[in-house]
Amino acid sequence: MMKRQIENFLRTLGHPLVSFIISLGNLVLFVASAVYHALTPKYYVKNFLRQVLEMGFYSLPVVGLTTIFAGMVIALQTYSGFARYGAESAVASVVLISVTRELAPVLSALMVAGRIGAAMAAEIGTMKVTEQIDALVTLSTNPFKYLFAPRLWAGLTVLPVLVLFGDVIGIFGGYVVGVYKLGFNPANYINSTIEEIEAIGIISGLTKAAVFGFIIALMGCYNGYHSKGGAQGVGQATTNAVVSASILILIFNYILTEVFFSK
Amino acid sequence: MSEVKISIRNLHKTFGTKQVLKGVDLDVFKGQSLVVIGGSGTGKSVLIKCIQGLLEPDFGTIKIDGADVLSEKSKGHISEKMGMLFQGGALFDSLSVWENVAFSLIENKGYDRQVAKREAVRVLRQVGLAPDVADLSPSELSGGMQKRVGLARAIITKPDIIFFDEPTTGLDPIMADVINDLIVESAKGLGATTLTITHDMSSVRKIADRVAMLYQGKIIWQGTVKEMDKTENPYVVQFINGCAQGPIKVEV
Repeated sequence: MMKRQIENFLRTLGHPLVSFIISLGNLVLFVASAVYHALTPKYYVKNFLRQVLEMGFYSLPVVGLTTIFAGMVIALQTYSGFARYGAESAVASVVLISVTRELAPVLSALMVAGRIGAAMAAEIGTMKVTEQIDALVTLSTNPFKYLFAPRLWAGLTVLPVLVLFGDVIGIFGGYVVGVYKLGFNPANYINSTIEEIEAIGIISGLTKAAVFGFIIALMGCYNGYHSKGGAQGVGQATTNAVVSASILILIFNYILTEVFFSK
Repeated sequence: MSEVKISIRNLHKTFGTKQVLKGVDLDVFKGQSLVVIGGSGTGKSVLIKCIQGLLEPDFGTIKIDGADVLSEKSKGHISEKMGMLFQGGALFDSLSVWENVAFSLIENKGYDRQVAKREAVRVLRQVGLAPDVADLSPSELSGGMQKRVGLARAIITKPDIIFFDEPTTGLDPIMADVINDLIVESAKGLGATTLTITHDMSSVRKIADRVAMLYQGKIIWQGTVKEMDKTENPYVVQFINGCAQGPIKVEV
C-alpha cells in the first residue's frame, strides 16, 4: 500500500519533470539551430523587412500609448511621494531614470509580446499543422532560414528602436504632467531631464530591448513550430508564446539590471 | 528490369511507444507510378515523409539514384529532384496563387519575378486553371482548385520524382477523376517517377503502374493493377473490396 503511494507520488512528480527536461532540451536545440541559421547564408531580406514593418511600424501606436501613460503616472506618483520630503524637484530625473531603464523596455516588450509574439506563434503554428512548413522543406527551403531567422533578426533590431521611441514619448508624458498639472517651469524641467541623462541608462534600456525582442521572436517561433493538432494546438501555442515570453522578459530584466547596475 | 529510382530497405520508425514502420522494403523503378495502399494509420504518410527527409527513420536505408537520402551531404541535392502534392494542398496562405506556384523559381533558382509569374501562369494553364486565378489568394479557391495549384507547384521545376499524398481526398468523384487525369498527364509529360499514397481505389486503378500494400508497418503485397484484381491475398482482397469482414481488424 505504502509502496504504491510512493510510486504514485514519484510518478506524479516525475512526469512533469521529465516533460520539462525534454522541453528544455528541445528549446536549447531550437535556439542553437535558429542562431546558426540566422548567422549563416542564405538571408531572406524581404522577409526580414516584412517583419520589421509588422513588429516595428505597426507597434508604434501601442508602444507610444503605453509609455506616455507610464511617464505621466510616474510623474504624478513621484510628486505625491517626494512632496512629503520637499524633494519635488526630483520628478524630472525620476521620470527619466524610470522610463529609460525600466518602463519603456519592459512595458514595450510586454505589449509587443502580446501583439507580435502571439501573431507569430499563430502564423507559424497554422503553417505547421497545415503542412506548409513541410511544403517549404520539399521546395528546398530551410524553414529556419526562411521563417525564423528573419523574425529573430527583426526582434533583435526593432525592439531597441521602439524603446528609443518609447523613451522619448514616456519622458514627454512626464513633462506634460510636470508642467501642465504640477506647475513645473518648462525650461527647468527640460534642463533637469537633460542633466540627468546618462549613457548607461540609455544603453542598458536598449540592450534590454534587444534581448527582449529576441526572446519574443524566439518564443513565438518555438511555440508555433512545436504546435500539434489543429485549432486547439495553435491556440495553446499562442498562449504559451505570450506567457513564456512575458515571464522570460521579467526574468531577464532582473538579470540585466544586475549586470548593469549592481556594484 | 528497369533501373531502381528509389530503394528502401528495412525502414523502421517509432513514435513514442507506437511502432509505425516495422521494416519496410520497397523499390520504385524509374519512370514508374507506384501507389501505396493501406488503411488509415498504417504509416503511409510516415513512409513518404521519411523518403523526403521530413522525418528521420529510426533505422534502415533510403536511396534515391543510389545516394543515401539520410546523409547530410546529399540532402539538398536530392530534395531538388523532388516535388510533392500534399493532401490539403499546403499552399502558403501569405502568398498569392502564382507566388505559390513560382516559389522555387524565385527563391531557389533566382528567376526574375515577372519571368517567374509568366512561367507560373503557363503551368497553371497546364493544370486547367485560367490566368486570372494567378493573382487570387489560396483561401479564395475551391478544394479542387487548390489541388491543381498544389500540382502546378509540384511540377513547375520539372522534378524527377513526384509524391502524391492522398491526392483525391476531400474531392467529389468527378473532380477526383480530373485530378487523377492531371497526375497521369503531368507525370508522363515529365517522364517522372511517382509515388502515391491513397486508399481511393478508383485513383489506384487510374494512376498505378504498380501497387504495394502497407499493413502493420510492412509491405505485405506488391504487383500490377491486374495482379491486384486477381490476387487471393486476403488482406488485399478485403481492402480493395472494402469489406468489414476479413483479416484486417479495424480498431473502433
